[in-house]
Amino acid sequence: MSDTVISVENVSKQYRLGEVGTGTLSHDLNRWWHKLRGKEDPYLRVGEANDRTTKGASEYVWSLRDINFEVKRGEVLGIIGRNGAGKSTLLKILSRVTTPTTGQIKIKGRVASLLEVGTGFNPELTGRDNIYLNGAILGMRKREIDQKFDEIVDFSGVERYIDTPVKRYSSGMYVRLAFAVAAHLEPEILIVDEVLAVGDAEFQAKCLGKMQDVAGNGRTVLFVSHNMAVVGKLCSQAVYMSKGTVKSIGSPAALIQAYLGENAKQDGSVSLLNLKSPDGKFTLQSVEILNARNEGASTLPNTSGFSVRITYALTEAHPQLRVGLRLHSYDGTTVLMSTNWDLASGPSMGCTAGTHSVKVGFPANFLNQGRYYVSVGADIPKVRAVLNAVEQVASFSVETLDVEGGRPGVTAPMLVWQPE
Amino acid sequence: MSSSDLAVSPTPPSPAEWTLVIRPQGRWWELQLADVWHYRDLLWMFVRRDFVAVYKQTILGPIWFFLQPLLTTIVFTVIFTGVAKIPTDGLPPMLFYLAGTTPWNYFSTCLTKTSATFLTNANLFGKVYFPRLVTPISVVISNLIQFGIQFLLFFGFLAYYYLTGYALHPDWLMIVVLTPILLLLMALLGLGTGIIASSLTTKYRDLTFLLTFGIQLAMYATPVIYPISKVPEKYRFWIELNPMTAVIESFRAIYLGGVIPWSQLGISAAVTGILLLGGMAIFNKVEKTFMDTV
Repeated sequence: MSDTVISVENVSKQYRLGEVGTGTLSHDLNRWWHKLRGKEDPYLRVGEANDRTTKGASEYVWSLRDINFEVKRGEVLGIIGRNGAGKSTLLKILSRVTTPTTGQIKIKGRVASLLEVGTGFNPELTGRDNIYLNGAILGMRKREIDQKFDEIVDFSGVERYIDTPVKRYSSGMYVRLAFAVAAHLEPEILIVDEVLAVGDAEFQAKCLGKMQDVAGNGRTVLFVSHNMAVVGKLCSQAVYMSKGTVKSIGSPAALIQAYLGENAKQDGSVSLLNLKSPDGKFTLQSVEILNARNEGASTLPNTSGFSVRITYALTEAHPQLRVGLRLHSYDGTTVLMSTNWDLASGPSMGCTAGTHSVKVGFPANFLNQGRYYVSVGADIPKVRAVLNAVEQVASFSVETLDVEGGRPGVTAPMLVWQPE
Repeated sequence: MSSSDLAVSPTPPSPAEWTLVIRPQGRWWELQLADVWHYRDLLWMFVRRDFVAVYKQTILGPIWFFLQPLLTTIVFTVIFTGVAKIPTDGLPPMLFYLAGTTPWNYFSTCLTKTSATFLTNANLFGKVYFPRLVTPISVVISNLIQFGIQFLLFFGFLAYYYLTGYALHPDWLMIVVLTPILLLLMALLGLGTGIIASSLTTKYRDLTFLLTFGIQLAMYATPVIYPISKVPEKYRFWIELNPMTAVIESFRAIYLGGVIPWSQLGISAAVTGILLLGGMAIFNKVEKTFMDTV
């Protein structure tokens, strides 16, 4: 007996860009006319690979193109790739929210998908009512919810508020309750989009534990995440997607390396980016890694300090602009986050129109040996994101000069030990 | 011999093993009613949600459902009887209009609400799969509550006029037999036309404009504020073509007295059946990909 529970066969999905209007109508009529004469859909032959950064010639793009893979029972499959690689489209097709343009997917067993936490929650209803409503939307029968009700409330930890309308909940409580319902579905196949990014650390750990349990019970999990640390920890198999195609399938560790490697294209000191924010007012021009002597470097000794120089341009003044960076280790774990507000409570520099360079200094004896990646973003706190964190814009290696050969840990500071 | 061996040994994964196959387009006749049945708890949950959420934070609550038809009827009485002098077949005008608007309101709310199925639920439908037909069906059921309240109002007037000696001839047996049937007809007709409209408006919104004033005009093409007996012969055929005509006329006939138009009721049922099946087929086709075009 074959143990394959999901078989994705030549799945493609085409989208039409732009607005729905008279142009769409003429294409629809043309398509219908071809179909009537028993001919092939003329628009299936056109279409381009889905690369969101370049302007294409065709209105049609293939969001997915000839996807093939199989998932075995009990596997935890991580799907990784950059934004727009087609991960979410694939999950949508798997969850039957939309259909593929061509190809087919065969599935064995009950599927539950969690593309969003709290789908269908009604703010006016109480927590209790919403557990039933949400459970039913996710495909549970009332009897099943009755049985698990106490467990769900217990898992969510919002017992006290269970008879209060959820519109009075804090966002954290809301998410807890919603995930609790989903976690108690007992599907043979669980499909999860990046939903764990919410909630506090304790709750995230709880969610991951729950997902591991699900997999441990011989059920199958499909999981999309940008958090490489989680993918590496949780998944037994991974699919690496790029521009709508499957780039490779294999062990998570190898694919994560490949993924991070591809993103940090510029191994050298300077990453020339010229990335414009969606509103066009902020341009991230470059990110540089500088050694202690203020020279560009890609390999740094751990015994001396280094800095990251971020150069950006503003077309107009952004009085509350905050520029920040994140440092990730090779497996995607965030080492730290820092912004230009760190020591001042508000913006202290670089928010007038024009080009600005800001430099962030890191101390000596701070990072352990290994490879590190820098992400950069900008926002106006509590208002909006100006430029969503651009992942892995630059990378560098830290080498220890320690003859005894490294110590464990992400950081390797030299701490003061003294008698008391 | 050898060929039969090949056919039996190493068991190929038979298609029956797969519980679900996701294909580009479903067949139009795959209505997935079994799937809807499986989600019946969700259906009740939606009905409950609609019921509870509507009255939240209103003081008068269900009384609003009561006031609206009452005021409409009073306006109708003043305008159509008082000013325009449209005859009401010798029946008390208030009662006559209520007997028309009560069923008509049920039908028109079913139609307008189900016609917005895809647009109002786009967010939900985009995140999770369940048989989409559950949503319009739940709308039709939760509208029964509103109908019930308006019906009480109508029944109150009926009892008042009946007891004060007006020449009303309610057919009690037919009331018991036909009321549920008429309700079902209206529900299915509203559902059928509503889901056709909802399917046609996902990509091109033009129809939504037509629908909002179309439903108002349709009331005048249905004998809600006038009796069919007063319609000139040359228009009558067209009015009778309207499947709601027989329903409203029958409703009036059983409660207030009159002849039940059986044959037209039969035709109306047939039209309803066709619209409903057609509607489900279109709905079924659209629900698969509407997320890409909504």
